[in-house]
This record gives sequence, structure tokens and C-alpha cells, in this order.
Amino acid sequence: MFELIFDEKKCLACQTCDCLTKCQYMDIDIDTAKTEMRKIINGEDSFVLHQCVTCYACEEYCKMGNHPFYLIAERQEELGIPPTPKPVIRQWVQLAIPQMGELKIEQVKEPVLSMCMFGQLAGSIQGKLFDGVSILPRENQEGMQFFCQLMYLHFARTSVIKERLPRIIENITKHNITELICFHDECYGTFTSYAPAVGIEVPFKPIHFFEYLYNRLVELKDDIKPLNLKVAYQRPCSSRLSPEKLHFVDDIFNLIGVESVKREYVGENALCCGAPIRGQRKEGSRQLAIDLQRRNIQDMIDAGAEFCVFNCPYCFLTLSERVTKSGLKPVFMGDLCRLAVG
Amino acid sequence: MDSIFKSLAEIVGESHVSSQPEELYIYSYDLGTTEPHRPDYIVAPRTTHEVQEIVKLANRGKIPVVPLGGGLSLAGLAVPQRGGIVLDLKRMDTIIEVNGKARYVVVEAGVSQGQLISYLEKYHPKLRHSEPQAPGPATIAGNVAIHGQGDLAQPYGFNSDMVNGLEVVLPTGELCKIGSCSVSPIWFTLHPLPDLGLFLGWSGTTGIITKLSLKLFPSKRIREVEQFIVEDAELVPEIIYKISHTEMAEDIFAGTQTTIPARMGLHHVTMYITADSEKELEFKTGLIWDDALGEYIRNGDGGFVDLPPPIKARFTERPSMLLSTVADAKEGGGFEYVGGIMPMETYPECCKRGAEICSRHDIPQLLIARVIGRSHSMMFAWAYVFNRADLESIRQAREAVHETDDLVLELGGAIWKPGVYGQRLMMQRIDPTTLKLMEMVKGLLDPNGIMNPGNWEAV
Repeated sequence: MFELIFDEKKCLACQTCDCLTKCQYMDIDIDTAKTEMRKIINGEDSFVLHQCVTCYACEEYCKMGNHPFYLIAERQEELGIPPTPKPVIRQWVQLAIPQMGELKIEQVKEPVLSMCMFGQLAGSIQGKLFDGVSILPRENQEGMQFFCQLMYLHFARTSVIKERLPRIIENITKHNITELICFHDECYGTFTSYAPAVGIEVPFKPIHFFEYLYNRLVELKDDIKPLNLKVAYQRPCSSRLSPEKLHFVDDIFNLIGVESVKREYVGENALCCGAPIRGQRKEGSRQLAIDLQRRNIQDMIDAGAEFCVFNCPYCFLTLSERVTKSGLKPVFMGDLCRLAVG
Repeated sequence: MDSIFKSLAEIVGESHVSSQPEELYIYSYDLGTTEPHRPDYIVAPRTTHEVQEIVKLANRGKIPVVPLGGGLSLAGLAVPQRGGIVLDLKRMDTIIEVNGKARYVVVEAGVSQGQLISYLEKYHPKLRHSEPQAPGPATIAGNVAIHGQGDLAQPYGFNSDMVNGLEVVLPTGELCKIGSCSVSPIWFTLHPLPDLGLFLGWSGTTGIITKLSLKLFPSKRIREVEQFIVEDAELVPEIIYKISHTEMAEDIFAGTQTTIPARMGLHHVTMYITADSEKELEFKTGLIWDDALGEYIRNGDGGFVDLPPPIKARFTERPSMLLSTVADAKEGGGFEYVGGIMPMETYPECCKRGAEICSRHDIPQLLIARVIGRSHSMMFAWAYVFNRADLESIRQAREAVHETDDLVLELGGAIWKPGVYGQRLMMQRIDPTTLKLMEMVKGLLDPNGIMNPGNWEAV
């Protein structure tokens, strides 16, 4: 079994404990943070394990190159402190068994883009932006064969990820590809952050979707018609695993002539869409999710946004109805770029 | 052309009567596992008067008459066991009156669920009836006649409890009115006249409903669905008790299945919460989620599953196609279920024993139980899919249906809309004096025994 590579010495030597002190959902001072991290490292119970909303953000906050969130998720599983009720976890775990559906290995021409489990959105991968791009899964029902499984961090089931991820990587590798464009931040984070953190080899180069979009837009620069829109970006939890790619959001917006409105909940201060939180065991989780959604959308409106731009399909599913009811237009980043190049 | 055909043609017009083999074939079976029986004639009247004339004709010749609505009971209730005339009532499809203030609708017997839903949505968007999870062509009268239930069963009971009045052609051809319509032009209540509950649940053996008045209820602007899941079947009755105690859920049903891998080993309690404003919705949801079920969420034994909009839409579409979709889980499109009206506390045993029956007959398990009348009972549907083109598959499903009929009675329940096999089981168990009273009623109403013979046969 793969094991999390976590440098305890680095963590215990950390003077800021940003992982916990910067948490948006727990109010923790530096001394408490140090105490609780020590407990977590030692495999002891900590209130952090009970209160964590699984927003992934501590992975970004940590300046020591460690993996505090992966460690929290592991300890939650080891100590039997699942953030979500057991039956809900069971349903999710049963949903995405990779061997469900037949895997068809067919020759695919690079560049190759993985839709993860969101094959139903493959319709938006068309037009000049995606000329010559091959898509995995080739058929919607194959989706689970390429599903990165990282979602199970929300359920403290790292054992499921470790068990299934090698097979997913094998399924992708069987297509003889050297690079894989990841439609979803979550896949990119899986291959570039989680897999190395637990010692799983990734024999292809993951490409962040926004990086692909940016490079392609540069190639098509002459075709771009500035959209002159004001937009707000809904940063997903899994973007916390690849903060070094976040600049592409603004880079893309600049290229296609949209203004990213100045608002409170951006960058490190971005808010969770609420989907993972709503059904959690903690008292008040449902209300917290509603509150986050209201604050987040109101912040977009107050800043003058016309569109809410998404990367994560689940953020989109969770927020798009509320966003629309609030007078904003929900749109995927890829679709926004397609609007710009025609 | 034989004389009966000619007489029927004189009543309804030649284009509305048939004895063509291909049409008789269509009317010889329903969608369940009941053995087909071919009728001799099919006739589609347009008016109550025509129904009366047909019944009088049948009486003279002692010809069986089988009333047919949408033909979707799945229990073979409109399969003509002794041949004769199938009386297809679909042409009697007028929505006669909607009284918005008193919240009721008067319809002819052939008005379908889909027709009434779309009519109310268009002309009376603040009113609705209790919609069964049946395909759109199922009729209002057919559903009421079999003590059907719909998505307002939780607060208001069976659809047959929502009847304000009936117009019935008796087996002699005479016309009878039940309820306020018998003393007034207004079909607003079944009470307070002497109880004449002679036509509901009799499988068309005591008369033909030609018109009925049905209660309507407020149709809320927002209809949300939530799903609470547990692993332990023993928890389901108390969870439903707690939800229904809040009086905040409109429709509640529980179920378990093996057709969708993600849901295996789990019990889903689905509840609909309706409201006219976000404020009302939030209030109701909070009472259920936080107050009634909060303890299960906190201790991890149960939780609400996230339903993204596309999934939610499948639960909220009207008419609901959910059951129709799962009905085709096995290739070949065959589907039948045993309905059992059961005490709430039998849910775990119903699941366990239902799973054993499925296992014996190599059928995926699909059990759905709707709460009726604030937990007064549950309407269980043990559903069995089969391949219509495979005789062995049909046989297995039929045996499963019969075993489930036995199970319902063994567990202290009553079989809902029993087919012939289930009717016999019920008659073997029924109180002798009750059976005698039923015989007297049947003999009095239908002296020639022409109404849907083969059903409630000992009666």
C-alpha cells in the first residue's frame, strides 16, 4: 500500500502553522495550531479532525511543502472520524468503481484531454480552441475508468484513492500518451500533487486545462474578439493543489478581454461551493453551506460581475441555479474562451 | 357480422367497436405476468348513456363486461378472464368542472393522469391532485378504483380517500350517484350521506365508474426533493416517523435496490418539500434536516445525499417517469409489482424477505414503499422485472409475485390491487362474516355475474 510522504520534522519546526491559522472555517491561534498538528502527526484525536470542512486550502497555505490536508484525511480515516455520515460515503464509494463499464483501448492522437467522470460535458470541447484534441473517455459510460478518485479526500477515504488510482493511471497509460490535459483541476492535482505525495508514479505529463487554454488562445490571438464582460471566478477546492497554475485565470481573462472583478473571496480567500460541506456531520453544516453560497454570490454581485466562471463541474452543478437566480450567468471557462474566439 | 357486434355498433357507432383478431390480441393482456385471455369484443363508448346501453345488452346475453381505463394496473385486473366485452373508457375524456374555491375536479372515467396534470398546470396552476407514479396514460378513475395512491398520500391518504362523489353504471345498467352529487348539483363531498362504499377496490366487479369528483390540493411553486440514506433498515421506520411528525414533507417514500450499483446495501428515504417561497422552503427543510434528523447525521448513521440538478430533475418531473425507467432494468421490458399495504414497522422484514424472493428467482431487487397518511401505513411495491420475450423469465417473475402475495399476508399486511391469485389468498384469510357480506353485496348488485368475472370469484 502506498504511504503518505509527510515530513514531520519540517512541520513541527514550522513557526507559522499557516495550515491551521489561516483556515477560513476554524479560528485557531498559533499555539493551538502547533498543539493540534502535533497530535495529528502522532495519530491522536484532535478537534481539527472533527471540524475540518475538507476545503483542501491548507495544502496551499502550507509553506513547508508538506501535505497537511492529506494527513488530516488519513488520520480521519484511521481514527474513524469521517466528515460525512457513513452511508453517504458508501454510496459515493460505490458510485465510482473504475472497473464499471468496459474499457476500450483505441488509438488516440495527442493532444489528449481527460474529462475525468464528466464525459457528459465533452460537447463543450469543440471549435478552434480544441482542433485536433482527442477526448477520454471516448464514450460517456467509460467515465469511471478515468475518474481520478481524489474526491474521496472529502470523505476521508484515502485508502480508496490509493487502491484505485494506480488502475486509473494504468487505464490512461494504455493509450500510449505522453501528455494529458486535465479538464478538471482535481485530476491535475491528483497527478501532480497527490500521486507524488503517496509515491504513485505518473508516467505521463499532466497539463492544466487553463494552461492549455491560455497557450491555445495565444496561438489564436488574432481571432480573439474581446468580450468586454465583468466576471467572477469560482475557484474550486482542488485548485488549492496547484496554486502555481492559478495565474492562468487572470492571464486568460486578460487575453479575452474580460475584467475579473475585485472581490473579497478570491485567491487564497476563495470560498468553497458548499457541496462537500452541506451534508457533513458537524452541527450546523447545512447552514454553513447556505451561508457560504449566499456570501460568495453576493460578493460577486456587489463587485459588479455579470458572469460566474467555473472550472469544476461540481461547483457548477452546486451553484449554477443559485447564481442564475441571483442574476448572474454561470459559464465554464472553456465556453467563455470559445465565445471569444468564435 | 354477428348480432352482438351489430348491437354494440348501433350503440357506439361501428368505428368504436371491434372484433378484429389483432385488436383482440392487444386487449388480451396487460404489462404484467398475468396469463392473457382474449375478449370477444372491444367497445369504446363516449357517453354514460352508451355505457348503460352496453351493460343492458350484456345483461340480456349474460356476456362478461370488463371495464378498462389505462390498462396499467399490471395485476391483470382488466384482462378478460372469461372473454366477453372489454369496455374501453378512454374516449370518455372530458374534464367536466374544476371548482377552484372548493378545490375539486369532476372528470369522466377516461381522463388520464397526464391530461389532468397538464390541464391544471395550464388553467389552475395553484391546484393539483395526488399524482401516482404511473405513466401519463393511467386514468384518474382507474387509480381511484384500485385504491391507488399518489404523491400526496403522506398527508392525505389513498386517492380513494379523496373522492367527493361518483357516478356509476350498475351491473344492471341503472345509473347511480354517490355523494353530494346525489342530492345537489355540486360534487363537493362524499359525506354525510349513508356509506355506500361499494365500488372502490372491487376491481370493476360491482359497477362501472363513469364520472367522479376528486379533491384537489394546493400546488406549491417550489418542489424540492431530498434523500436521506442509511445502511440499517431497522432505522427506516423511526426516521419516517420523525420526518412525518414535522408535517413538513409532502411525499415520503423509502426503498432499496440492487439495480444501481452505487445504491446497493443502502436504504433511501426520499422526501418532497414544497413551498411558495425560499423562506418557507428553508423553514421546512431546516425542521426536517436539523431538528428531526440531525442526530443521525451527527452520529454518522444517516445522511442527506447531494442531488445535483439533473438528478433532482428526474425526481421532480411530472408525470414521474422514475418507476418506468427502472422498470426496464432487465432487457425485455417486463415489469410487475406486488403492492402491499403494510404497517410501518414491517419495513425491515419486508426488505429482507423481498431480497430472498429476488435471490430465489434471479431478479434484481427493487423495493419502494410510500408513506400513507402520516405513517398510518406504507404502500410497498416489490417490483419484479422480466424479459417479455423469455418464457422462463416470465415464469420466475410470476412465481416471485405469488410468493410476495403470500408474504404480504404473512407479515400482517393486505395485498393492494391483488390479481386473481392474491384475491384468492385474501378470501381464504378474510373474516367469514365479511366475506358473506361481500357475497351479498355482489349478488345484489350483479345478479347475472357479468361484471369482470374471474375477479373476486368466490364472492
